[in-house]
Amino acid sequence: MTKKSHTVNVPDLVSGIHSVFCPFSADIISTVEFNYSGDLLATGDKGGRVVIFQHEQESKNRPQLRGEYNVYSTFQSHEPEFDYLKSLEIEEKINKIRWLPQQNAAHFLLSTNDKTIKLWKISERDKRAEGYNLKDEDGRLRDPFRITSLRVPVLMPMDLMVEASPRRIFANAHTYHINSISVNSDHETYLSADDLRINLWHLEITDRSFNIVDIKPANMEELTEVITAAECHPLQCNVFVYSSSKGTIRLCDMRAAALCDRHSKFFEEPEDPSSRSFFSEIISSISDVKFSHSGRYMMTRDYLSVKVWDLNMENRPVETYQVHEYLRSKLCSLYENDCIFDKFECCWNGSDSAIMTGSYNNFFRMFDRNTRRDITLEASRESSKPRATLKPRKVSTGGKRKKDEISVDSLDFNKKILHTAWHPKDNVIAVAATNNLYIFQDKIN
Amino acid sequence: RQLRRNGGGGADGDDSLYPIAVLIDELRNEDVQLRLNSIKKLSTIALALGVERTRTELLPFLTDTIYDEDEVLLALAEQLGNFTMLVGGPEYVHCLLPPLESLATVEETVVRDKAVESLRKISQEHSPVDLEVHFEPLVKRLASGDWFTSRTSACGLFSVCYPRVSSTVKAEIRQHFRTLCSDDTPMVRRAAASKLGEFAKVLELDYVKSDIISLFTALASDEQDSVRLLAVEACVSIATLLPQEDLESLVMPTLRQAAEDKSWRVRYMVADKFSETFVSLQMYLCFNCIHSVLTIWLSDLCLLCPVSEQELVSDTNQHVKSALASVIMGLSTILGKDNTIEHLLPLFLAQLKDECPEVRLNIISNLDCVNEVIGIRQLSQSLLPAIVELAEDAKWRVRLAIIEYMPLLAGQLGVEFFDEKLNTLCMAWLIDHVYAIREAATCNLMKLVEKFGAEWAQNTIVPKVLGMANDPNYLHRMTTLFCINALSEACGQDITTKQMLPVVLKMSNDQVANVRFNVAKSLQKIGPVLDSNALQTEVKPVLEKLATDTDMDVKYFAQEAISGKHFTLINVNKLKMAIIKSEMHFNLLVFTVLVLA
Repeated sequence: MTKKSHTVNVPDLVSGIHSVFCPFSADIISTVEFNYSGDLLATGDKGGRVVIFQHEQESKNRPQLRGEYNVYSTFQSHEPEFDYLKSLEIEEKINKIRWLPQQNAAHFLLSTNDKTIKLWKISERDKRAEGYNLKDEDGRLRDPFRITSLRVPVLMPMDLMVEASPRRIFANAHTYHINSISVNSDHETYLSADDLRINLWHLEITDRSFNIVDIKPANMEELTEVITAAECHPLQCNVFVYSSSKGTIRLCDMRAAALCDRHSKFFEEPEDPSSRSFFSEIISSISDVKFSHSGRYMMTRDYLSVKVWDLNMENRPVETYQVHEYLRSKLCSLYENDCIFDKFECCWNGSDSAIMTGSYNNFFRMFDRNTRRDITLEASRESSKPRATLKPRKVSTGGKRKKDEISVDSLDFNKKILHTAWHPKDNVIAVAATNNLYIFQDKIN
Repeated sequence: RQLRRNGGGGADGDDSLYPIAVLIDELRNEDVQLRLNSIKKLSTIALALGVERTRTELLPFLTDTIYDEDEVLLALAEQLGNFTMLVGGPEYVHCLLPPLESLATVEETVVRDKAVESLRKISQEHSPVDLEVHFEPLVKRLASGDWFTSRTSACGLFSVCYPRVSSTVKAEIRQHFRTLCSDDTPMVRRAAASKLGEFAKVLELDYVKSDIISLFTALASDEQDSVRLLAVEACVSIATLLPQEDLESLVMPTLRQAAEDKSWRVRYMVADKFSETFVSLQMYLCFNCIHSVLTIWLSDLCLLCPVSEQELVSDTNQHVKSALASVIMGLSTILGKDNTIEHLLPLFLAQLKDECPEVRLNIISNLDCVNEVIGIRQLSQSLLPAIVELAEDAKWRVRLAIIEYMPLLAGQLGVEFFDEKLNTLCMAWLIDHVYAIREAATCNLMKLVEKFGAEWAQNTIVPKVLGMANDPNYLHRMTTLFCINALSEACGQDITTKQMLPVVLKMSNDQVANVRFNVAKSLQKIGPVLDSNALQTEVKPVLEKLATDTDMDVKYFAQEAISGKHFTLINVNKLKMAIIKSEMHFNLLVFTVLVLA
């Protein structure tokens, strides 16, 4: 992947045109992911559907616009199932989507629900074979005894058809719920993580996977932490990390041993005793971990903040960004309405100079790592008309509320932005706000 | 022949066209099985169409069928490899390139591999001119394709066209191969690494030195361990190509580096290919690297010792160890006595105590190499406990495995040592509670007798075996019979007639029917070894008596033996054995089995 180096000025970034999609009003988007080139954007939803958007080439009559993203393919990836042995319903909700590096004209992605990972092929077809020996053009059967010559079918052009076909199904390897999948940089393996175990798969082999991490204690009553996310290093095929509900991250090296129960690096920030409370452990739980494109840093999201770690420094993060510190005083009510267990994701921009993560009230936050500037923006149909510039939002934290500010008490905690994605090269972002997908891009001057 | 004439021309309403028409239409049937069926009969279709229409109509259509299911594409790729005659012979073989080219870019590895295999096959049918005009451009197109699937396929085609093209084209091919070795995607580098050895073989020696070595070095230090380990494999064939004096400077540094690689997968691969590589390298060169290499591997082994007590035996070590155990013994001949005692002996003594039976077996099975170098006395003290332990292992498969090595060990250790230490073990197996072990033990005795001779058998084995004939357990009594079956030939007429036969005959009065019919079978078996006098006067009356037995099986086998047919009811017999084991009433069940049969 080539990386463009560009400096990002955060306020400029999202001021620009955006498109709104609401393809399935009842269904909540559960994952958003750009492919390696950024031309395709995949979303998964609670109903087990995958929708793929394609970047349209820029149009001549509107040169100020980058092309828009339009629906390219929609397919049902997972269906609800029932595990009769354990008497458990298996939801069809798509937990994660990961694209494979493009290997031929078709595109491939992995999608997973709680138990089963599937490899999908999305391919185009623009030719159709015509001409039968035993049928006429209009489908009438011919008399088989009056065939005087053989016809070989001829390929004729037809309207472009996009097909999604399941290529492989990787099942029966996870006892607990799958929270992450990540494709390795060797392009032939990927890992999948559930609450207690991480498995390594070969992309071509479905009946066998290797368990590389198992933190399940012999006695389940001794269980103190679970795996919350895992990711492969973007360049080194032997390195992966996984985060835990205790706020720690372990980095493992597969070169050392085939079983990675023993980590090679352990990232943990010492807890500040002054801010210790009943909720400390819950809010320190890491909900997402992402390597930077360069492979030098990784970013973790906990309930209130985003932290950037240098892989070479284990004892504390190099940068910490507060996402919604104003919620610290409201943890009690957030605990009562279960919001404190929300799993926010986070993402890097293409040059690793900016990061983005979601919040409540349809707000999402962006941080410029160079200038340390940050901004809050809102993804909502009311406040952002197509092709209008987004206005920064402010939440009042002091005693007195200024004009244009929103008080903490009036935030809507049902409108949460958990899933966001940043185009790997350009300043185009995708933001999933419950059942709406917003795509914003920066203004071209 | 009929078809060809009609298909090309088009006679009126010829019903012989109908099946072909169906086949063609089913190329596009919705049912995969029918499409597959049609593709498998592609040669029939092509024959009916004639060479002209096959080239101009069928092949263009097939070129664009790459949307199909993998199994259909796989069948198509395979068919096209045998299509030369159907398109008009070698003159037109290049018409097959377009469909195979598109098959060589699909995402499914098995299909691509099959397409490459077919391309390699038809490359031989190209004339040198066609090779340069049609085939080589295809290789170039694949090699510079946008997607890595096509570039991986290209890697397998260089070696087939290189020897047959002009020197300018050769230079281009080398350049393409170089480029692919440093491709961005690890997939392509892996494909290139796996074909490196093959490509080296067709290159001129100068280019091997100038090109291949640098590529080999680069791939062997690739950032991805999955690439590095494939480069190790190429080492074997490269080493065979180079003259001795270059090996040290060109190959050894890389190999040494690979043996010390941080990744266990790479070290494993070196361990696996170790003796193979070192055979192709010169002996004296090995000494230089053996120290460093062994130190690294020793640490792999040593990791185990302190760790095992802490229940943290990582499987890494086990893989490396197993592979190492199987090759390490071969090293002793290369290293010589002193080095073996100094470096290897501690190693395999440690491995003999390994908790993993597989590792211990690997060591024992290769013992002869060490024996030659340092002599058995040196080993015996540590060897014996390990063998005894394996011999008494709770898992019968482990016991079975060690039995299979007994004849080999016996040969290595000599009669004296064997009698002293191992004989009791061999006899103990005869009364093992698992039938497979008793069976193997019987077979083992036969091989031992073949090794040590009849006299040894007479003194050590035969008395013990015959002693078991009076055992209260009828299974042991039968073991006696099985042993006699196995041993009679090796022991010769004298021992068989004088010592074994009386025992067998005596057992014909056994109260258990199973023993009795086995007597009949034994008599049939040892019959050829006996002299005719004994046969007439002793064997025949007994068989005749058995032929009037109350048990129908005894009767049957006795009659079989008398009529001399070499026919046994193996299945019934096996079933019987199984039933006996389940300790149910014997005769009743035999009856049931026979009724069922």
